[in-house]
Amino acid sequence: MNPSHFTHFTAVILFALCASTVFGITMRETPRRMFRYGVYCFTLFCGSAIVLSWVMFLIAR
Amino acid sequence: MATTPNRNTAAGSRPASGPTTQQGFVYLPLIAGWLVPGAGHFLLRKWYRGALLAVSILGMFALGIAMQGKLYSSAKDILDLLGLAGDLGNGLVYFASRALGLGADSEQVTVADWGSRFIVVAGMLNVIAAIDAHNLRTGRKIS
Repeated sequence: MNPSHFTHFTAVILFALCASTVFGITMRETPRRMFRYGVYCFTLFCGSAIVLSWVMFLIAR
Repeated sequence: MATTPNRNTAAGSRPASGPTTQQGFVYLPLIAGWLVPGAGHFLLRKWYRGALLAVSILGMFALGIAMQGKLYSSAKDILDLLGLAGDLGNGLVYFASRALGLGADSEQVTVADWGSRFIVVAGMLNVIAAIDAHNLRTGRKIS
């Protein structure tokens, strides 16, 4: 997949994956809590992007 | 600058053992972590964490370059200045990319705008990782 042809959603997923990994490692102290916090951040990143996309779609109509 | 043993943990009262009580330049993990993503954690023998941080930060930077993102090189206005500050967080990777002529001079396509954000955020994440290495070194973060 050529990065210059990414869709916005693909970019969001990759962004969330990298940022959540760093947040998980740096914000928590044990591996288990790091993993859980990373998953939590990833879910919030992706979830908020989807919700805001729908909000903007509805506002634009 | 000599290292002060960690006084906030039980390990601080014991003789030198482990990275938080080593003697040496206390800011080395911070500086190394800024210059090379993950290097601060490698110095503290946190191999897996360092590897994950390096892959995440370098991957994000590489994706930004591949998406034809812009590398900020001057501060013509406040937004450029903020972008330059974020890019500088990438350390040596930023300077090497500038030297190799990577990155676009201006954003030509929509994806390039996201690419520029990837590069800036990679820099900021690298600063967070370097500070985490410093906190591990000083004992502010226990493990």
